[in-house]
Amino acid sequence: MTTTTPELTSVTPARTRLPSWSPWAFAAGSLVLAFLVLLVLSSPTPAGVVLLGAVVYAVALTVTSRVVEGERRANDRLATTLVTFAFALALVPLVSLLWTVITEGAARFGPSFLNTNMVGVFGEMTEGGVYHAIMGTLYITLAAAAISVPIGILTAIYLVEYGRGHLARGVTFLVDVMTGIPSIVAGLFAFTLFTLVFGPAYRAGIMGAAALAVLMTPVVIRSVEEMLRLVPNELREAAYALGVPKWLTIIKVVLRTAIAGIVTGVMLAVARVIGETAPLLLTVGIVADVNWDLFDGRMATLPVYAYRQYSQGGIGVERAWAAALTLILIVMLLNIVARLVSRYFSPKASR
Amino acid sequence: MSKRIDVSDLNVYYSDFLAVADVSMTIEERSVTALIGPSGCGKSTFLRTLNRMHEVIPGARVEGKAVMDGQDLYASDVDPVEVRRQVGMVFQRPNPFPTMSIAENVLAGVKLNNRRISKGDASDLVESSLQGANLWTEVKDRLDRPGSSLSGGQQQRLCIARAIAVKPDVLLMDEPCSALDPISTLAIEDLMAELKSEYTIVIVTHNMQQAARVSDRTAFFNIAGTGKPGRLIEMDETSTMFSSPNVQATEDYISGRFG
Repeated sequence: MTTTTPELTSVTPARTRLPSWSPWAFAAGSLVLAFLVLLVLSSPTPAGVVLLGAVVYAVALTVTSRVVEGERRANDRLATTLVTFAFALALVPLVSLLWTVITEGAARFGPSFLNTNMVGVFGEMTEGGVYHAIMGTLYITLAAAAISVPIGILTAIYLVEYGRGHLARGVTFLVDVMTGIPSIVAGLFAFTLFTLVFGPAYRAGIMGAAALAVLMTPVVIRSVEEMLRLVPNELREAAYALGVPKWLTIIKVVLRTAIAGIVTGVMLAVARVIGETAPLLLTVGIVADVNWDLFDGRMATLPVYAYRQYSQGGIGVERAWAAALTLILIVMLLNIVARLVSRYFSPKASR
Repeated sequence: MSKRIDVSDLNVYYSDFLAVADVSMTIEERSVTALIGPSGCGKSTFLRTLNRMHEVIPGARVEGKAVMDGQDLYASDVDPVEVRRQVGMVFQRPNPFPTMSIAENVLAGVKLNNRRISKGDASDLVESSLQGANLWTEVKDRLDRPGSSLSGGQQQRLCIARAIAVKPDVLLMDEPCSALDPISTLAIEDLMAELKSEYTIVIVTHNMQQAARVSDRTAFFNIAGTGKPGRLIEMDETSTMFSSPNVQATEDYISGRFG
């Protein structure tokens, strides 16, 4: 070891490195340069400055690094730059969307908006809110989850623990097909089903729940299946070796070990369907007041509410934005709850 | 508490593939039986047939007899779950349940079967099992910590405690020390020496010295070539096997002249 160390340093002599603040300095310099260039050529816009600045930054930093630090570090800096840009680019639509919804929604959003419904609100009246739509959305989504989560989890258990041969392959194929069903088709399916069974004039929240369940089930199956496959086979064998029957092993070991992932998967499926508009527009429509009966009459939901208000124009546009904000907040709350649940249930860290 | 197993003409299949052929042996009670042989010769497969763990693999099946205490383990009216309650198993890699604490892991055989147990009995069972596995003094102050917080050797002893907590008659060990350091290995070998006064122990090992140290009888398995079934070549007292085996292949394997 003592003989190779000096040799190594002589092969790759220690090269000077750029100071740690240099990327920031380069970024500032690039932006200024881009601004000046655009000022000379035409009138600078923020987007133009950032775009040109990014190109100048990538080229300048890589070239400088290659001269000062050598090729390997230059490649490293170029890769870091590209990855960071890609990340920033992916954030642009997300941040822009959140920003738009928050600024536009803030105009009407507030406790009274959340607490009132649309009974007796006409024309350009500024009263009115989404209480009935929040309740409808929660009600219908909960009913959809109550239908699809048991079916989804049981199907996933069948596929992972029992399924062999043609039947399992057939089920997997059908699940894949179901994943691609357009939401309007699910809505038409529920509409047709309930019309055939209950007659043409039937309208109820359960129709929307059935349509959403059709969309939700394959997502639940897929994510739960993935989670169950992640449970090491050793744990199943450990339980079998203790004389635990298969069904108890599945309930108490497999599901228990995977519960955090299952909760996350179910929440993702809920988030997937809670904003669906088309099937709900088709099946449950909209009303002005809260409907507490899932099996009778139309129900208001946030996406349909936002759609209707927006198409009315005027003050309705503000209400639509506020309803969109409410929907995003509900999804966020659900995600936080899911995080807490999965943290509480996940296997304790080994260290 | 311990029972002997008489195996006769046992053939073990994975679907159509005959993995182990024509094994007949007697596993004596209150003793340690070691199974040695090259990788892929069917030692572990054979071991897993002794508590019907073999058949959890799709397509796996067994022909022949394995008689424990006058009862054929493969008779049609025998419930494999019942067999596994009497024949416990410790695996190659320690596999404590990650969602359970140390104490819950020991009680897993009881709790997972929905059997009720009073608080006092439970803590007695935890203590006696952990003491039986030589782990009690190391973990008695942190019984509610997760089982995965222990070191590898401790986890393996936890798995042994979990296996003996259901009070089996026979304990099968599938290379229990192959993932452990020499000190943990020694702890487990000492443990086997103690446990054999109460249990029948069968151990698969690749470590010849270990087989010589811990076992009373040794069985040598070999395989004629890839795709051929593994066979029991010879079985005898360990001292005889390691000093003057009857078959040349055994001597070659034990002395390191093979391949």
